[in-house]
Amino acid sequence: MIPRPRPERFRLRRTMMFMNAQKPGLIKDAYIYGCDSIMLDLEDAVAENQKDAARFSLYHALKTIDYGDTEVIVRINGLDTPHWQEDIRVCVAGGADGIRIAKCESAQDVRTVEAAVEAAEKEFGVEVGRTLLMAALESPKGILNAYEICSASERMFGVAISGGDFRKCMQTTPQRDGIDMLAARGQMLLAARAAGIQCFDTVFTNLDDNEGFEAEVLQNKAMGFDGKSLINPKQIRFVHQVFAPTAKEIVQAERILRAYREQSAAGVGVFTVDGKMIDIAFIPGAERTLRLARACGMYEGDLV
Amino acid sequence: MKNYVGREIPDYLLVNGKEVYQGKNYMDGKYLQKASPKTRRYEKPQESKIVASLADALRHCGAKSGMTFSFHHHLRDGDFVVNMVMKAAIEELGLEDLTIAATSLGAAHDPIADYIEQGKVVGIQTSGIRGRMGEVVSAGKLKTPAIIRSHGGRPRAIEGGEVHIDIAFVAAPTSDCVGNCRGIGGKSNCGSMGYAMTDAKYADHVVVVTDCLVDFPNMPASVEAIDVDAVVVVDSIGNPKKIASAAARISQNPRDLMMAENVAKVIAATPYFKDGFSFQTGVGGPSLAANLFLEQYMDERGIKMGWAIGGICGPMVELLKKGKVGKVIDVQDFDLDAVNSIHQTPNHFEMSASQYANPANKGAFVNKLDFVVLAALEIDTGFNVNVLTGSDGVLRGAPGGHPDTAAGSKCCIIVTPLIRGRMATVCEHVVTVTTPGDCVDVLVTDYGIAVNPLRQDLIECLDNAGIHHVPIETLKEKAYSLVGRPDDLQWEDKVVAVLEARDGTILDVVRKIHPYTLD
Repeated sequence: MIPRPRPERFRLRRTMMFMNAQKPGLIKDAYIYGCDSIMLDLEDAVAENQKDAARFSLYHALKTIDYGDTEVIVRINGLDTPHWQEDIRVCVAGGADGIRIAKCESAQDVRTVEAAVEAAEKEFGVEVGRTLLMAALESPKGILNAYEICSASERMFGVAISGGDFRKCMQTTPQRDGIDMLAARGQMLLAARAAGIQCFDTVFTNLDDNEGFEAEVLQNKAMGFDGKSLINPKQIRFVHQVFAPTAKEIVQAERILRAYREQSAAGVGVFTVDGKMIDIAFIPGAERTLRLARACGMYEGDLV
Repeated sequence: MKNYVGREIPDYLLVNGKEVYQGKNYMDGKYLQKASPKTRRYEKPQESKIVASLADALRHCGAKSGMTFSFHHHLRDGDFVVNMVMKAAIEELGLEDLTIAATSLGAAHDPIADYIEQGKVVGIQTSGIRGRMGEVVSAGKLKTPAIIRSHGGRPRAIEGGEVHIDIAFVAAPTSDCVGNCRGIGGKSNCGSMGYAMTDAKYADHVVVVTDCLVDFPNMPASVEAIDVDAVVVVDSIGNPKKIASAAARISQNPRDLMMAENVAKVIAATPYFKDGFSFQTGVGGPSLAANLFLEQYMDERGIKMGWAIGGICGPMVELLKKGKVGKVIDVQDFDLDAVNSIHQTPNHFEMSASQYANPANKGAFVNKLDFVVLAALEIDTGFNVNVLTGSDGVLRGAPGGHPDTAAGSKCCIIVTPLIRGRMATVCEHVVTVTTPGDCVDVLVTDYGIAVNPLRQDLIECLDNAGIHHVPIETLKEKAYSLVGRPDDLQWEDKVVAVLEARDGTILDVVRKIHPYTLD
């Protein structure tokens, strides 16, 4: 039995790699590729008559494989299926770090899942509140209700858009410039930031189109996403590269934090670093940069 | 007597100047008396050397029981020639007590196992031994221990007279009527004929076996008529589909790609990665894929590869055609892209096995090599590699050029998954040491990288580049934690194969496997 530490609600999640929970060859050591989170899928990747088998495979994986620092999230089946309650019991009993709610459309959906999770935590003697949640928005209704979804629970760490279903609803297809989902991505980002949770972009499914993938990742970063869902380990490297801070940003963040600690100890609230006015509002950003830098192997200091 | 890598070598093998392995470069500076063949004079003008059959060729060369026949392995798993020749010698001429000295043997040669069991073939000297032949030798059915040598060790042993070849058989995709051979232009093309070259120069007799007779003179020849006694034309020397595969494709397996990327990262972190560097890689998934990532680093730094050697396949030819590598020097071809390139693409050259890897000559290419990327069946915590025996102790592999390139190169990188099925690749002690740990520098697995503590300079390079690495013991423990620690193999006393280090000392022995019985 592998005990997993209590999940961190806000941690680095640049890359979330999807994999079929039913494929032992995939899930037995998915952590070796270095993604921040793995997303074990009980939903679309698993055939209807294989749901039980996948749950068994998932439970034993969670109980016997040491995923180390890699976060383990499970995508459960939609609330309109007969599977989601049993999915939740397996996730909680196995000790998954978080659950991704598929096809989430309202705050009520989140609360429904939360209630089932809490019941399962009590059933299996797991600390209540341990299991985190995230929501996948897959429909226009989900996007329009993004803010209430994002702020529906203390367990919510993030929200993601699911491009395949969403584009179908919108009668569009993937476009080179991202115009197909521009409004939805923007709305979801606004809601996530307003609710203070993380926001993730959808998968890029054409593995042969490297250029398209790279353009989308660059756009994700520019729009302010925290990370991206992936379908193949070979996509990890580029996302990490794009989401890594620059050397200049790291130096600046270090200076801001050092100056802030010195100045606040001396009772000063506003000061300048390299000619720029700095106050407490800059601190979370600087800390985030250094945490990111550490994860990317670019910072070894002790400020964060 | 225990050797440098801790293997117990029976004293009775240490005769006629044979020594145990003493560490790399032990023979450096010593002198070697070259052997010379006794060859027949063909003074009288001769229209043609074509004889009607292999049996006639054997008779022409004075074949008799007790002789040593040599073969080369460019036709790989498609080869028909070894089996044809041995059949003619044993079943038509009734010869026995024969020794096969081949550059390598494979699954294509399963029928030879019967001749071993019948006691007709009593000696095997080879780099590779697999399939049924590996099984019967491991079962102790060969009269004398098989001798396993690297691709560089073989020409050393031939030139030094440790192997005396009575008749060398050259499988030739094309030949003219007097025996000028090439590896291209026929119907069973193999490209380079590098492994046949030393054999032809040092054998008493040479028989060319071809399925495509071309006009005289077949030039430039890989094996020259001046060394050839007879030419035999047969229907087919091999199965082209198994001689050269369709173009070797770079793996899309994410695990292979991740390891390959880390190999390239390690290479780019060393001081040897500069304009004009030299490189050899294998054709296994992650080894071959290293080409792809290496190219990205070369582009980034604006540098080119000076030269590449080895068994060659498509991706390296691709780099040559793109102008990213200056010269490709080729001892064997693995796919049709390479076969169709040698002698055709400018700067794609052929070389002999001796020129490639012989540790006893004065200028083998391996000794100027910067990087080699190699696979392993097993690697132990002393960085000793096994590419010969399976986890059951049975012969099923080949050292090939592994020990030669590892010893010669400035940076030898082994790339292998940590586990294969239920077997730990990184282990406490390899079954057989085929490449000694003092020649191996870096290990890249899917679970992490380890550097040989003998190479503190490389450790520093990786640290400076921010490449995470762990002690090899950590990888071993991880492997055992995943698949468990296997019981030791049970052996009998009888030595079934002697593994020579490339310099001719004894690196290890393979003993007869004790049949496993369930309680």
